[in-house]
Amino acid sequence: MSQQAPIRESSISGSSVRRGDQIFRGITVGSGVIILLVMGAIAAFLLWKALPSFSNNSANFLTEKVWFPDQNPPKFGIAALAFGTVVAALFAMLIAVPVGIGTSLFISFYAPRRLAGAMAFLIDLLAAVPSIIFGLWGLQVLMPHMGGIAKWLSDYLGVIPIFKNDQELYTKSLFIAGVVLAIMVLPTISAISREVFKQVPRSHLEASLALGATRWEMIRMAVLPFGRAGVISAAMLGLGRALGETIAVAVILSALFDVNIHITEPGGNTFAANIALKWNEAGPNGLSALIASGLVLFIITLSVNAVARSIIARRKEFTE
Amino acid sequence: MAKRIDVTNLNSYYGNFRAVADVSLTIEPKSVTSFIGPSGCGKSTVLRSLNRMHEVIPGAYVTGSVELDGEDIYGSGVDPVNVRRTIGMVFQRPNPFPTMSIRENVLAGIKLDSKRHSKIELEEIVERSLTGANLWKEVKDRLDRPGAGLSGGQQQRLCIARAIAVEPDVLLMDEPCSALDPISTIAIEDLIHQLKDEFTIVIVTHNMQQAARVSQTTAFFNLEATGEPGKLIEINPTTQIFSAPREKSTEDYISGRFG
Repeated sequence: MSQQAPIRESSISGSSVRRGDQIFRGITVGSGVIILLVMGAIAAFLLWKALPSFSNNSANFLTEKVWFPDQNPPKFGIAALAFGTVVAALFAMLIAVPVGIGTSLFISFYAPRRLAGAMAFLIDLLAAVPSIIFGLWGLQVLMPHMGGIAKWLSDYLGVIPIFKNDQELYTKSLFIAGVVLAIMVLPTISAISREVFKQVPRSHLEASLALGATRWEMIRMAVLPFGRAGVISAAMLGLGRALGETIAVAVILSALFDVNIHITEPGGNTFAANIALKWNEAGPNGLSALIASGLVLFIITLSVNAVARSIIARRKEFTE
Repeated sequence: MAKRIDVTNLNSYYGNFRAVADVSLTIEPKSVTSFIGPSGCGKSTVLRSLNRMHEVIPGAYVTGSVELDGEDIYGSGVDPVNVRRTIGMVFQRPNPFPTMSIRENVLAGIKLDSKRHSKIELEEIVERSLTGANLWKEVKDRLDRPGAGLSGGQQQRLCIARAIAVEPDVLLMDEPCSALDPISTIAIEDLIHQLKDEFTIVIVTHNMQQAARVSQTTAFFNLEATGEPGKLIEINPTTQIFSAPREKSTEDYISGRFG
């Protein structure tokens, strides 16, 4: 008996090549890999360039408050920079997070529709203002007006150490830098929160209203819990920008190296501003020291994001 | 306390569009009234007008009056928030709050109340409401698990538990079984039978057998053409609607000749 040749090949066996799928897969995998490579390359570059300054530093890099990397022996540390960076950024978040969430709630749930559109547009526009403009505006316009507020804070809230001002000087302070940073990160926080609030399913809003919730109770019951993870992400993106913001802060702060808990007094410095100000005049060891400080900023930003991720993941099963 | 609802000349609008025209009907306490009719006939809109949920849609408003034991819920000085605390609602798709546990979901309405409740009271409310919704046995060991982790039918019963926890006078149900499988549907229908001893129940349904099974009174809504407002065609005892309807169009609809 002769074997009969199949009329055609089975339609389900055998491997098939789908070109489009392969190309698309290649692109996505490639993009993912590139991100990792870039991150790795940045970390490697920072470490490589920072190492020389670590070995010849005569002071403790983490606790020293002065910055003389090019003198002999070199003496520098990031204590003042880390303090200034974190304090200015946290102070900015203290203002920007509530205001950002507030504006986005207002736009999403309270404002008449036409006003809401205009306001959303204006806030987005705020994000398009270059940071040097914010810096100059902070220096020229905001700073002269903030003296009164800083004085008021010192006079009436002086019992809280951070607001105490013994110098009676109110300019070029971390306080002002923080306020400018707050305005700069506001559009980020507000825009993302608004997008998150828009995602709240109508059925959840109606569920709370049908139980007899007022608008504010609806927001507390259905909107904020649903948007929690997204709002945290928004705040972290804002914090990332506040930590890394360079030029606006460099313009406002005096290059005074100090850890001063009284944030309305002049002084304070940040990683990014310090790098920008010192880069051109730095010698070989100075450059390495600046990059070392950049490495610390990199690590701070990464850990902030890691913490944010873990907060978001903690109650994951409840945020389906 | 089950209360009676008198609707007089109700018109419901979405912006300039009149979705429902001149509806007048009476809903008896401690009974189940079902609204039936083809899609777009305005039965859900009428239902949502009964607890002022219609107006939460931008541009939506109503004219006419809806009286709850003689008190107009659209009267001046009446806070819609209070109306909705008195007239509970269950929606088409189960909508437990995803960020809340089963217990928190049941107590969601209670928490809005300014009254303080002791822990023991709250536990009692949770058990009573879940028992009332025929869900207690299934979930009593996992009250702290997310409500969204339950099956669709269980979620809908959780929503009913949430609605009855605040002891409303009236319970409105907007196609509560249309997203559920037949077994879950039977469970909800059994539940409706029990609940009518305590509450006034109004249910919108697409399923005529369901209307025949659960309700004592049936209201048939229809619209003359797309773009025309929906109208109440007739409201009569369910047995009469399904055996000897007064109107020709009701008979056409229930016998499946259109819609």
